[in-house]
Order: sequence, then structure tokens, then C-alpha cells
Amino acid sequence: MDKNLFEYAPAPESRALVSIKAQYGLFINGAWVEPKTKDKFATINPANEEVLSKISQASDSDVDRAVKAARAAYLKTWSKMPAKERGKYLFRIARIMQERAREFAVLETLDNGKPIRESRDVDVPLAAAHFFYHAGWADKLDYAGLGINPKPHGVVGQIIPWNFPLLMLAWKIAPALATGNTVVLKPAETTPLTALLFAEICQQAELPAGVVNIITGDGATGAALVNHPGIDKIAFTGSTEVGKLIARSIAISGKSVTLELGGKAANIVFEDAPIDEAVEGIVNGIFFNQGHVCCAGSRLIVQENIYDELLAKLKRRMSLIRVGDPLDKNTDLGAINSAAQLAKIKELSASGDTEGAFRWNPDCQLPSKGFWFAPTIFTGVTQSHRIAREEIFGPVLSVLTFRTPQEAIEKANNTPYGLSAGIWSEKGSRILWASKALKAGVIWANTFNKFDPASPFGGYKESGWGREGGRHGLAPYLKGTK
Amino acid sequence: MSRIDIKKTYKLFIGGQFPRSESGRTYEIKGANGKFIANPALASRKDLRDSVTAAKSALSGWSSATAFNRGQILYRIAEIMEGRRDQFVTEIIALEGGTAKAAHAQVEQAIDLWVWYAGWCDKISTIAGATNPIAGPYYNFTTPEELGVVGIISDQKVSLLGLVAAIAPVIATGNTAVVIASEKRPLSAITLGEALATSDLPAGVLNILTGKVSELAPWLASHMEIDGLDISGADSKVESELRIAGAENLKRIHRFNKSQSPQRMLAFMEAKTVWHPIGV
Repeated sequence: MDKNLFEYAPAPESRALVSIKAQYGLFINGAWVEPKTKDKFATINPANEEVLSKISQASDSDVDRAVKAARAAYLKTWSKMPAKERGKYLFRIARIMQERAREFAVLETLDNGKPIRESRDVDVPLAAAHFFYHAGWADKLDYAGLGINPKPHGVVGQIIPWNFPLLMLAWKIAPALATGNTVVLKPAETTPLTALLFAEICQQAELPAGVVNIITGDGATGAALVNHPGIDKIAFTGSTEVGKLIARSIAISGKSVTLELGGKAANIVFEDAPIDEAVEGIVNGIFFNQGHVCCAGSRLIVQENIYDELLAKLKRRMSLIRVGDPLDKNTDLGAINSAAQLAKIKELSASGDTEGAFRWNPDCQLPSKGFWFAPTIFTGVTQSHRIAREEIFGPVLSVLTFRTPQEAIEKANNTPYGLSAGIWSEKGSRILWASKALKAGVIWANTFNKFDPASPFGGYKESGWGREGGRHGLAPYLKGTK
Repeated sequence: MSRIDIKKTYKLFIGGQFPRSESGRTYEIKGANGKFIANPALASRKDLRDSVTAAKSALSGWSSATAFNRGQILYRIAEIMEGRRDQFVTEIIALEGGTAKAAHAQVEQAIDLWVWYAGWCDKISTIAGATNPIAGPYYNFTTPEELGVVGIISDQKVSLLGLVAAIAPVIATGNTAVVIASEKRPLSAITLGEALATSDLPAGVLNILTGKVSELAPWLASHMEIDGLDISGADSKVESELRIAGAENLKRIHRFNKSQSPQRMLAFMEAKTVWHPIGV
């Protein structure tokens, strides 16, 4: 193929859309405060390692301040406010987020490394939609089938990951506020900037002080939040390893918890699948957001008789993936979020080589600065390989094959995870059969990686506890409902 | 000369069979009046593992049975129990003490609870499922499904009603279960096993162990093939220990205070959401 056929002129989004402060404090009780210890850490742009800002490291006493502010706001303001009025604040937040959408998108791309096309078209619109959706629930909880006049927990501690920083914030804060809780939220250490911009939105929306508190820091800050006796409920999105630590910690404290954890999703392609659409879905399934997606379709399970055709088409499609400047509107695959994550991807990929799988990636030039990994597939993968069992959380796809539909399901379910799965087939009865047989919370049939505030999301088995989104996502934020 | 009673050997209920403990152990239980009643099996860790294997084997068949069929079988359990009312009453009085009236009430409530949950089998998905109005050309629905194998530590005091309140909601939705009966009052559980064995309930759907809760519960909590845990009958002092053990595979762990509630079903169900594009 002519190499220049798909060359584009650079089309970078303007950085001037967003102003980043040299440093940030903590957002507690509606105001910016300095951390007690004065400790700061840098947040960088993973695409070029440029320092974007200095972020506050919240200590135990800062966590305590934030929790007390949230408690006071809950008791004095938020729990006394009519639900209708509570909802109006959420509508306001949704609207301001829409108004400032481009700013959020650029900031997200700078701090996270994801392509602007994704932050602009997926992360930010979905985050705003999440607030809009939950705003409407605030005064309709009696009709949610969760009991009459259901009660919030009180103060919720929320910890979110770095892969969808603003979107995960919306998934956490919107249902918590709609159901009448107040919040202390800790964004991920490497991606705090959009959460801190969100604090500004809370101010612009005149949200009562203390209803939302944003504290930044590392795992120690998160642990302090989880273990604070003033927290009634914990909502965590992150690794299964940390999820289990939290599950053990609440065994003693008795706090209510929701966990959205890891995954190793099977994307099953049956012989009757629409191959071209399946290839698009496979690419979207594993290379969307650099594969930093807990529900990524990281195990491709292909029926043997279409393997050669599918693989040829997949490789051709992968060679068209544009890796590079995340702010460029043409970019498909951005930067890996951090040096630590890049090291993890490299280590697991190396295990694929040593355990006997075959690595392939298109010939693509990676930038010299920043953290990058080419879109990669491994073929000849068996179920015992680490790359078939462990979550890589990067743009690396493991390809396995099957002969019978039963074998496909067995392989797909052969994992401690159960977050999502994909099915590609033109046969309706087969899709419904496989949907039932797959042990996963979200099944995408003839599509992949679709999200919506009205659609419950969450995992079976070790992928977590509870659901987020839809009517089901309200239950974890209300007392006495499962 | 008066007739000599035929005394019953009380055994375990595993995979539809009534084995003794593989360990050969038994323990003595006494009645409310302090007199010897029976030597039921003192189940071992191996018996528990065998029960989990049986429950796991029964899972795919039971969970894929139609909700209508499961409802029929749960109702059948109520029918069979109704015919054995006197036996349940006698055993409750012997072990729990109390009045005949109270024992009758407990048995009747337990039977009626089966009927209540039998009717839920083909309704819970309607109530707890949804078609979700998402912003795009996709059909999207959520349906609750069985969790898998559930371990149950049955109520230690109210031996029959507490047991039925725990197992009926769990199996109504397609789960299978391993139950640790009331340690000191296990006769209701064993007799219930005999009723289950003649109720068209597939072998292995419910497995009942008698023995020491303190010995068996930690194995139940740490077993990696168990997906959920009802600790309503566990001592609150060991709750955190069980929860920590259960965290290893993120078991869904719950303690309940109501015997009749849809929450008892929903706690051991998982919501599954399916997307499909709409187009010509």
C-alpha cells in the first residue's frame, strides 16, 4: 500500500483553550485550601513529560477536614434541601460542563494522554450526560423501585482511576448527589486536573459549600479516605488488587462499598460474523483509550475457520492506526498514561514473548519523548499465558481460537474477571444464547465499548460489587438496597 | 409391652444423597429438656468441598431451567412439607422447646414462605430488569441473573423458618447453595433435606451440612468456587473474619434481618446489560 495514502497534515487542537494554574490547593468546603503539610507533586503531560502543574498531597488531617466539611454540608444543607432543588444543582453542573466542554477535553487530553477526538467526543459529553441524567432522578427516587422515601448513606468517599478522569468523576458524583449524599472525591495521582476544574464548576453552579470536596494525593490519601470513620460509603474504581484491600478494610468497619475493578474481556467472533464490522469492533475494543479500559476487549476469541481472513484484515486495519500527538484531531492512539503503566505493559508483553506467543505490531514511528506503546497483537496465545490471564491495561490484544460455540464460552468465562464481553454474529438466537452464557456484567453484541448514563455498568466475579448508571446504579447510594 | 421406636440416623444431604460425614464423625445434640436426641453427622472440610462440587455441577442445569419450572418445584417443596408438618413440629418442640402453637406457627410460616418465593421465580426479572433508553441506535436491556454458588450459614435459633428464609430466595433465582444448618438444632434441616429429595429439586441444588459452624464457616468463606455468602446465622464476633476471607474472590456477603423480602433474592443476583445495534 502507498504509505502516503493516509497521510494528513497535522491538525492540533489549541492548547490556549485552557489555562492551567502553576499549582493547585485542595477543594474543601467550597474553597481552595493549602494542604497542612504543604507537600506538592507534579502532574505531567504523558505525551511529552512536560510538567503541567503542582498538585497538593492531602494528608490524613486534610482528609479529616474534607470529611468534616462533607458531614456538615450533609447535616445542615444537603439533607434538608427539597429533592427538586438538589436536582437543579445537578442540571446546572451538566449545563456548565457542556458550556466548557472544549476546555475540559483539552485539559483531559493534556493530563491523561488520550486523543482529543476521544476526550471531545466521548469523555466530556458522556460526563455531562451523566449529570443531566441523574439530575432528573433526584426528585423521583420514590419511583425507582427501591422503597418509598429511600435514604442516602450520608458522606460518600470516592476514589477514581486515571483512565477516564472526568467521566469517572461524573459516574461517582452524579448519582451520589442525586440520591442526597455529600462527597469527598480523590482523583488519580496522575490525572487530577479535570477534577480540579470541576471544582470550579461547583463554584460557578453555586453548589452549597462542602457538598463536593476534591482532595488530591497518592494511595496514602486514598487509604486515609477509605479508613476515615466519618465515611459512610465508599465507591472505588480501580484495580482488583486495591479493590480487595478495600473489601478487607470494610470487613471491620462495616461501611457500604461499591467496587468497579479490572477485567479481561473476551471478544468472541463467530464464523457468521460481519467480518469488516467485527474488525472495527475489535480495534475499538482494544485500542480505544490506548487500551486503558477496564472493560477492554483484550482477549480476541475467533472461530478457527475464519481466523486467517480475520487476522489479515485486522493487521491491515491496525496498520492504519495513527499513533502520536494526543492533541492532534487525526490521532487514534495517544500516549500511555505514565511511565509506571508503560513499564507494566512492557513487562507483560515480554512475558508473551517468553511464554511462546507471537508478537506483531504495525510499523509505526513513536515520538521520542513521553510514554508510548505501538498497537500490538499476540497470536498463538493459550489460556495459561499471562497475557491471556492478567489485565495488561494497554494497547495489547491476545488472540485465541475456538471450534465450537461451547468452547468459545468456556474460554471466555475462564477468568476470575467478569466485567464485559463481546459477541460478533449475524444470528440472533446465537447472540442471545451467548449473552446468557457469558459471565459478565456488560455484553456488547455486534458493537463494543459503548456507554450511556441510562445503561447499568459493572462486573461479575472479581470485577467488582454493584452497578453504576441506570436505575440499578442508584441502589448502592441508598440505604438498605442491593 | 409397648412398641420400641425406630430411631432415625441423621445424615448429611449432598448432591441429592444422604451420606454420613466422610470423616466418620458425629456429635451429640440434646433437646430443650437436656436429654439426648441424636448423633447427627459432624461435617468436615471435605464434606463442605464435596458439597460445593455438587452445587457447582448443579448450577448450569438449575439456572437454565425456566423460571416457571423453578416456581413449580419450589411450590412442590411446600406441598411435600405440608405433608410432613407434624414431623417438623415435633422436632422443633424437641430441640427449640416452646409451645406447640409456636412450633406450628413456625412450620406454617416456613411453608408459606416457599409459596411466596415460588411465585417470585418468574417475576423478579420483570421487577428488577429494565429496557434502558440510551442515546443512540442500540437496543439495551438489563436483566438480573443468578450469582452462582451461595454459601449459607443458617439461623442458629429459629431452625426451620430461618433456614427456609435463607435458602428459598437463593434457589428461586437459579443459584445453588451449600448450607450450614443450626448447630444445636439441626433436625429441621435434615428433615427438610428429605422433603427436598422428593420435591423434583435436582440433586446438588441444595446441600445441607450439620456440624460445628465455627469449624465450617471459615472454609465456606474462603472457598474460591463460592460466589456469595449469607452470614445471617453467623456470630457477629466472627463476621469480620468471614468477610476478610471472602474478600479473596470478592464474594457478595450479606446479613439479613427480614425473612420475606425481594432484597434477599436481589442480593445474590447480578445485573447483566446487553447492547445490540438497531438498523436495517
